[in-house]
Amino acid sequence: MTKYKQIRIVLNNCGVIDPENIEESIARDSYMALGKCITEMTPQDVIKEIKESGLRGRGGGGFPTGLKWEIASKNHADQKYVVCNADEGDPGAFMDRSVLEGDPHAVLEAMAICGYAIGATKGLIYIRAEYPMAIKRLKIAIDQALEYGLLGNNIFGSKFDFNIELRYGAGAFVCGEETSLIHSMEGLRGEPTIKPPFPAEKGYLGKPTNVNNVETFACVPIIIRKGASWFNKIGTEKSKGTKVFALAGKVNNVGLIEVPMGTTLREVIFEIGGGIQNGKKFKAVQTGGPSGGCLTEKHLDTPIDFDNLIAAGSMMGSGGMIVMDEDNCMVSVAKFYLDFTVEESCGKCSPCRIGNKRLYELLERITKGQGVMDDLQRLRNMSNVIKDTSLCGLGQTSPNPVLSTLDNFYDEYVAHIKDHKCPAGQCKDLMKYFIIAENCVGCTACARVCPVGAITGEKKEPHFINSEICIKCGACMERCKFDAIIIK
Amino acid sequence: MTKIKTIADLVKLRDELQSKQALADSADNAESIIQIKIGMGTSGIASGAKDVMDFLIEALEKRNIEAIVSQTGDMGYSYAEPTISVKKPGKSPIIFGYVNVQKADEIIEKYIKRDELVEGVIPVNYHTIDN
Repeated sequence: MTKYKQIRIVLNNCGVIDPENIEESIARDSYMALGKCITEMTPQDVIKEIKESGLRGRGGGGFPTGLKWEIASKNHADQKYVVCNADEGDPGAFMDRSVLEGDPHAVLEAMAICGYAIGATKGLIYIRAEYPMAIKRLKIAIDQALEYGLLGNNIFGSKFDFNIELRYGAGAFVCGEETSLIHSMEGLRGEPTIKPPFPAEKGYLGKPTNVNNVETFACVPIIIRKGASWFNKIGTEKSKGTKVFALAGKVNNVGLIEVPMGTTLREVIFEIGGGIQNGKKFKAVQTGGPSGGCLTEKHLDTPIDFDNLIAAGSMMGSGGMIVMDEDNCMVSVAKFYLDFTVEESCGKCSPCRIGNKRLYELLERITKGQGVMDDLQRLRNMSNVIKDTSLCGLGQTSPNPVLSTLDNFYDEYVAHIKDHKCPAGQCKDLMKYFIIAENCVGCTACARVCPVGAITGEKKEPHFINSEICIKCGACMERCKFDAIIIK
Repeated sequence: MTKIKTIADLVKLRDELQSKQALADSADNAESIIQIKIGMGTSGIASGAKDVMDFLIEALEKRNIEAIVSQTGDMGYSYAEPTISVKKPGKSPIIFGYVNVQKADEIIEKYIKRDELVEGVIPVNYHTIDN
């Protein structure tokens, strides 16, 4: 049998069934796991099975799901809630969207199973309004499940009721953090609060609430159907099962992949991803979005799991994986992510609100060639303070892109500061366009195409670029037929 | 639709649906039929899957080819969107990438009518839960 690198567990039905037709899901065993739980297992059995499977939260943190359910089940209240976190906000990540669009019933079924396990009768899906197709298909799926009696009251003739509603988010990154998410659902500002109390004690409307990510839920029905011992054979010692990644960036086969935990970055990027576009050289891979870091050549053979990625200075995150080649400037990459975090910080705590802004300003200075060597120590110190003192996960992880690029690409920072050069040729402020006099025939093509009139010279004489005026648009270089224009 | 009240109801419905599917899949059967699925996640739609679906439905009807055309979620091959999967009775489904209207036409004329493969086939590169 051919040995493939991928196993599709979460994506089992994605791209196979019609997500708007519940019968196609049922033909592929949907809701069998819920039936099994309700008719053959006690809530404690369900929690035990999930604990034994070793399933850990796929939203990024990697908290054991079974343990989370157990805590929620032990808190007594007249009403509890199951919340599905579908607020996928990392730049370049689209796994959760694809699961919701391709196999909505898996998530609904898992939420009902969770409800049964922890004693909740209400489920809420917090989804960003930017995912209209996923919302549409979820609505259809909920209606069909109700029609077939697979959600609603007295499911499978038992006393168990479970209903699911949607809650829309406005697409704020911080609302992926569970306390912010809950506040947003309550109609308050999407701001985090200090834990404890954890949502499992006091969550939505002050009631015990269990929040899991889309992909975490999508693993649950299969664990129940096939058993914990089937699931925990896949993966590494401490990270079980598979992980879906959204492979993006400068890699040939951009797309959605699902690999067992423990697969190496090299296998993902060069075998499944088909290598780097246009035969360029691999430089780094960014995992975990704005909370993660950049890993390099030396990490390529690291098996991917929660703990290894953290040890390498990045994190699993929700599963975005952005591949970069030699043309990507790592200082600019760090700046890009900081720009995102500054924009998305809710502003509640000062380290994140002010600290990230200051980090961004330092990076901006460096990319403009105005940095000094002391800035590097300043970046590092400030990053550590932000990490240690921020209120929620957003601030606690936002300096990771800075720290990991400082660790792995220190020389690149130094080149920007000391030599005023961007080795990747991406920082516009550090580039200068020159005309090589020997190659220039004086055809005037560049002078005519220059939008700001920065190029002067007589016909049939070598031309000259006035770098004071030049805006570095590159139009002249494209037009020149004699390779006379270069970037320094 | 009668509601599912017991697990036996669900098993019965599932088995019925599965045998119906098996009939449609098998090679020699009056009910066997060509099944075409179009990857219609957000990324598929954004790269033109809707046009391909409309074209396929219309073209197959005009050319008197009986087939079921349905939508499905993201197949995962974002680099080759739109993607479609074509399953002829008795055969494994084949996934074609980079399918625009011209390509869809070529797939009908060559693969569906004459069993000739066209360029852009995406080989299976994963295990499923059953193997």
